[in-house]
Amino acid sequence: MKAGSNLERILSEGKFAATAELGPPKSADAELIKKKAELLKGKVDAVNITDNQTAIVRMSSIGAAKLTLENGLEPIMQMVCRDRNRIAIQSDVLGAYALGIKNMLCLTGDHQKFGNHPAARNVFDIDSIQLLSMMKGMRDDKVFQCGEEIRNSKKAPVVEPKMFLGAAENPFAQPFEFRAVRLAKKVNAGADFIQTQCIFDVPRFKEWMKEVVDLGLHEKVHILAGVMPVKSAGQVKYMKNNVAGMLIPDSLVDRMKGADDPKEEGVNFVVELINEVREIEGIRGVHIMAVEWEEMVPTIVERAGLLPRP
Amino acid sequence: MIMGERKPLSEIKEMLEGYKKVLVLGCRTCVAVCMAGGDKEVELLGSLLRIASQKDGAELEIVEDAVERQCDIEYIEPLKEKVEECDVVLSMACGCGVQFMAELYANKPVLPAINTNFIGVTESVGVWTERCAQCGNCVLHLTGGICPIARCSKSLLNGPCGGSQNGKCEIDPEVDCGWQLIYDRMATLGQLDKLAEVIPPKDWTTSRDGGPRKIVREDVKEDVKT
Repeated sequence: MKAGSNLERILSEGKFAATAELGPPKSADAELIKKKAELLKGKVDAVNITDNQTAIVRMSSIGAAKLTLENGLEPIMQMVCRDRNRIAIQSDVLGAYALGIKNMLCLTGDHQKFGNHPAARNVFDIDSIQLLSMMKGMRDDKVFQCGEEIRNSKKAPVVEPKMFLGAAENPFAQPFEFRAVRLAKKVNAGADFIQTQCIFDVPRFKEWMKEVVDLGLHEKVHILAGVMPVKSAGQVKYMKNNVAGMLIPDSLVDRMKGADDPKEEGVNFVVELINEVREIEGIRGVHIMAVEWEEMVPTIVERAGLLPRP
Repeated sequence: MIMGERKPLSEIKEMLEGYKKVLVLGCRTCVAVCMAGGDKEVELLGSLLRIASQKDGAELEIVEDAVERQCDIEYIEPLKEKVEECDVVLSMACGCGVQFMAELYANKPVLPAINTNFIGVTESVGVWTERCAQCGNCVLHLTGGICPIARCSKSLLNGPCGGSQNGKCEIDPEVDCGWQLIYDRMATLGQLDKLAEVIPPKDWTTSRDGGPRKIVREDVKEDVKT
């Protein structure tokens, strides 16, 4: 075991993993984290704590991850390169590990243009792949990015942060031909697990997975298929037209339009999708992105036959 | 070349409030090419200020001139008399020209008429785009001659990110995805295998992050005049 997290245990035992997201509040409301954690506890193996997602200021992922942990649920702390340079990232990871956080998802981060502070300056000192490599170096080689040992003084013990390292990959962004290669770069840089962008276009996803399997990457990294329950035809249409890097077939828009109960249909869709993707060679788990709809996750995992959790 | 755009007239007028005689000073190199601060633009801004001043009843006297380069002492030193007879200089050069004028004419206010935008190229008539971010440590040999620092919105060295779609960047459908450009060019060059390598974190000390930069060529350096 590299980090000894619950997620790592499940994946290394070859069990099908289930993760979800717990979005921190746009306030200092600790109660909200508690409420969401209560909902998700025992239903999934770990939850992603997003890091100012879409560049909207929210409670820090470290703070929210610690609160999640206190509420009996394992966090996957997300970390983006948009807001912190290598000094701040390494420092935050030392703090996060000291607080008991053992999983980390290394991301580039959405551009600040999409958020509520578009006038902010961005950082992007390093990118997600370099971040993975830096974290692997801290964990396995016990050194900072600069090469110095992770110890307080020459006589002090080396206390390195041991994170189970995740990354995202988007099979639906372009150029398509480069996406599996980019995954390979992430694996080489140090990714232990991958959560994919939400799958709507299953044929494209299968095509990408075939390339991944052909490169032998599925043997080197645990790939969790990203799925998202949708709520309405309007939401699907909005994502199709406004969110870059998402491929959404018209058939899903039509299906949601024709539904008597769109929310129920959205859940039906995601349960069918989970059953379909888990049959694909190389898929080791599922990542359920129920954005601001965490209360639906227990129903989804139950209906997909993912309970009880190992 | 350094690309710039003239500030809005209202902002320039506001800066000039209270002054009686202004030297509107153009620069005939970079900002003339991007049609922001050359002779023609000096003439145009001079006329606009004259009209505005008459309309507002402000008695602003306007002197127009332009030099080859405001970033070279040999061109701005001869302006001494002209500068002294005015109570303010409105420089239509890039930020370097404004500052060099201010350094030479220490007791004269020098105001910027131009916003300095980037180092770029003339893509077509009236269209200028950024190419170089002056990081001081060129990586163009690794990326098919297309700069990931300047052309990728996130300056990714191992891109493209998940927001690349139909050749465009997630931040704006008008902006090309720098990494799609890199990918296509590397494909043309038959060098796609190079993109499979992880490029390590960049040393930014040669960039602005290392503080104000300076180049000294000992072989051509002249002793500073005393």
